[in-house]
Amino acid sequence: MARITLDSLAHSYSAAPKGDADWALKPMSLTWRDGGAYALLGSSGCGKTTLLNIISGLLRPSRGRVLFGDRDVTDLPTTDRNIAQVFQFPVVYDTMTVRQNLAFPLKNRGLPAAQIAARVDAVARMIGMVDTLDRRARGLTADAKQKISLGRGMVRQDVNAILFDEPLTVIDPQMKWELRTQLKALHREFGHTMIYVTHDQTEALTFADEVVVMSEGRVLQAGTPQSLFDAPAHTFVGYFIGSPGMNLLDAQVQGATALVAGTAIPLAAPYAAPKGRVQIGIRPDAARPAAEGLPFRLLRTEDVGHHRILRGEIAGAPFNMVVPEDEPIPAGFDRVALDPARIGVFVDDWRIEPAERAA
Amino acid sequence: MTLELRGVSKEVAGQIWLHPTDLALAAGSMNVLLGPTSSGKTTLMRLMAGLDQPGTGRILWQGQDVTGRRVQDRRVAMVYQQFINYPSMTVYDNIASPLRLQRIARAEIDSRVRRTAEMMRLTPLLHRRPLELSGGQQQRTALARALVKGAGLVLLDEPLANLDYKLREELRAEIPRIFEASGAIFVYATTEPEEALLLGGHVATLWEGRVTQFGPTPQVYRAPCDAVTARVFSDPPMNFKAIRVTGGEAELDGARWSVDVGDGRYTAGFRAPHLTLEQGRRALPLKARLDATEITGAETYLHLLHGQDRWVGLVPGVRKLPAGAPLTVWLDSAHVYLFDEAGRLARPAPSSRAA
Amino acid sequence: MDKPVNNRAWFLVLPVLVIVAFSAVIPLMTVVNYSVQDTFGNNQFFWNGLGWFQDVLESDRIHAALGRQLLFSAIILAIEIPLGIFIALNMPKRGFWASLVLVLMALPLLIPWNVVGTIWQVFGRVDIGLLGHTLAALGFDYNYVNDPIDAWATIIVMDVWHWTSLVALLCYAGLQSIPDAYYQAARIDQASRWGVFRYIELPKMSGVLLIAVLLRFMDSFMIYTEPFVATGGGPGNATTFLSIDLVKMAIGQFDLGPAAAFSLIYFLVILLISWVFYTVMTAQREAL
Repeated sequence: MARITLDSLAHSYSAAPKGDADWALKPMSLTWRDGGAYALLGSSGCGKTTLLNIISGLLRPSRGRVLFGDRDVTDLPTTDRNIAQVFQFPVVYDTMTVRQNLAFPLKNRGLPAAQIAARVDAVARMIGMVDTLDRRARGLTADAKQKISLGRGMVRQDVNAILFDEPLTVIDPQMKWELRTQLKALHREFGHTMIYVTHDQTEALTFADEVVVMSEGRVLQAGTPQSLFDAPAHTFVGYFIGSPGMNLLDAQVQGATALVAGTAIPLAAPYAAPKGRVQIGIRPDAARPAAEGLPFRLLRTEDVGHHRILRGEIAGAPFNMVVPEDEPIPAGFDRVALDPARIGVFVDDWRIEPAERAA
Repeated sequence: MTLELRGVSKEVAGQIWLHPTDLALAAGSMNVLLGPTSSGKTTLMRLMAGLDQPGTGRILWQGQDVTGRRVQDRRVAMVYQQFINYPSMTVYDNIASPLRLQRIARAEIDSRVRRTAEMMRLTPLLHRRPLELSGGQQQRTALARALVKGAGLVLLDEPLANLDYKLREELRAEIPRIFEASGAIFVYATTEPEEALLLGGHVATLWEGRVTQFGPTPQVYRAPCDAVTARVFSDPPMNFKAIRVTGGEAELDGARWSVDVGDGRYTAGFRAPHLTLEQGRRALPLKARLDATEITGAETYLHLLHGQDRWVGLVPGVRKLPAGAPLTVWLDSAHVYLFDEAGRLARPAPSSRAA
Repeated sequence: MDKPVNNRAWFLVLPVLVIVAFSAVIPLMTVVNYSVQDTFGNNQFFWNGLGWFQDVLESDRIHAALGRQLLFSAIILAIEIPLGIFIALNMPKRGFWASLVLVLMALPLLIPWNVVGTIWQVFGRVDIGLLGHTLAALGFDYNYVNDPIDAWATIIVMDVWHWTSLVALLCYAGLQSIPDAYYQAARIDQASRWGVFRYIELPKMSGVLLIAVLLRFMDSFMIYTEPFVATGGGPGNATTFLSIDLVKMAIGQFDLGPAAAFSLIYFLVILLISWVFYTVMTAQREAL
């Protein structure tokens, strides 16, 4: 097990990259501590798979270094990096039994039979497959197969990291709950460093201690789920995290007041007069129907069970609100009040801090 | 335009894929088929489309028997989980293809293609080829092709399953709008309860080849007719606990509350958001053990063990709690459903009756 | 899955039924007809019952030909199947070289049988053939016209040269269907090269291998043109395989009755052995 350091990494698939667009992965540095749970989150084509392939050794980065502990592994092939990986679609050896599948990585490394048996039993118990150990893998369901892949990843005690590449894609929603809890328990039990790649915010946020949000090859923000939710560094993070995403309204900010479509909104703190395109961002659950405030036009109400989503517009821009199921919605309301403490100010898409805190 | 299924069933190689099913879809309605993988959603859709023949039963389209009529002769459109387009044709030609087969005048085709493309927000992409588009755009093209011919019945088989989370969220919000503009009967298969709720309309819950309930979506969500339906229509899955009712009072973990059902054994069911960490009104204290917590940024999922039962709770805010420790959670008895020994709903949650 | 029934669909199948009837069923019936009769020309036929069948089954000449044929097919399969797999495993997976190798591999398959025979007939000649002359010059006592072993070796090398490509291409197609994730997983699990072959590649290839073995068996068991052109069945009867013998009997000696009985038995033998192969290999696949 080891700390993982990504030192000014960048990657381009073309031999002679020219413009910004040629870089699949733009320069970035990150350090992940030993035994942590990390997630790479972004939509398809954002560079997260490129980054994963660099860590696993499938790709050699055009620039920068990868370190496991203090050892530079940039030029080491996958086999010598001592990592495990779980793929999007279950990769199992169809002709082997579940037991043989789990034992395979240990057998290849020449461990004594008794040690292999003990380890396989422990992992089988963790993934709940003790009863199916002697079944052939071929006939099993997709989620059972994915559990085997998971188990094969866990079975080695000495791996530097376990990489997950959208491992729950083919799993039914009900099963996802079980597998996610199992993954959490496995992490707690075995303490491996885990890196989880996904486009699904729920999976990323629930799994990781720290989530790295990526877009167009760039790391926009790396932080705890809470900080990504409460203080997104970029409007894309605000949009990408949360469902529905953060609302953005064009505004003029003067001191501790924001002016949106002629209506003054109080902010929690004063801001130094920002230049560029200024927007305020607010989470759908931090806005409430009110008697006064911003003029709001309601378009649709969606009942999602334990809350409702009100979809509408403010000054022509889409604006969503989330109202808990037991809270009444006043009939015919047309104003919205925002919680000042939860308003963020963005200039040219990047979040800025209030004046005195920045000073 | 209505579609009616009367006693329709399907058996393949001695295995029942669909038990006898009655279903009546009203004109211009949105109907969601909700159930896990291989619960019979696709089987049901293929029967509706006429791609397969039912083993028994009749299928009526506007009161007319169409069982056994070829799919080509029915006014049906279908969209699949995979993005199926003609790769060598432009988006324009893809959308126009079903109309060209119907030998419609060129000018008419053009206006209909452009109108549909506008509705699907594909106008700037009309001259691209499908492989140059993102997944969401490819699926929108497939949807446009399904809608352009003005089919009376549009079948969508998990159309968003292969899309990224955020794209899915966006298209999900668009589909009700598209549906309202089309006037057709929509049938939409999904595995996700949240998707069913967002689409609204009517829902048929499926479990092991059986339609367990059919009704307006919020109503089925709030008053599931049995425990199976409640399980299918809850994400996180509904929490269950076997309890006893004596003298008009239910008992769970020593706490008692009065219920209007006869004495006997029941299964209490309640959803994740109704478990709280703070004591509220009519709240029952439950002594559980915390297995793990998951933080989503705004909320925290609690994975609990209560005796042999696994529960999931969803509480607002970020809660850092020690895993493996005992934890008392509170449950408002107004949110508890009671199911009898056969699994039928004996008493809906009082709070859902108010809603 | 049953589809709505449309009886008009039968009309679409009709042309095929007619063609098969004229090309296969009716000629076969003619053969059956010949096999139970005797003729001395003039279109006069005499009923002979199963006599010809008995003669053929007891004929030492045919037993010997059958033995040669079985040996030939066994050698062909034993060489071409492993060699084809080996070549497929080492072919480039994608890019320019993949296309080039594919075209080169397909070349022998495009050459007509009799041309293949002629090529090797000339190639192997000691006086003017490149192969024969070179071997002789190097001091090998090689002469496929006189030496039965040399004749066999020539024909086997010829068949391997002609047909290994087919096995290789089929296996290559099977290998191409394996997602990259499997190889990556195997690398992570530190599987040996043998482990990758045994647990990933072989299971995924088993379907096409079944087809390859069946095709190569049937084809080698019916081989005619190449040895006929290259060695003419000689020296002596050393490379007279079943089909060459059959033609000798039917056209050379004009023994229509025995030849017809012979060809029916020949047909049944191929059917039987193919069935055995199919059953055994399908079971093998399940157990793999």
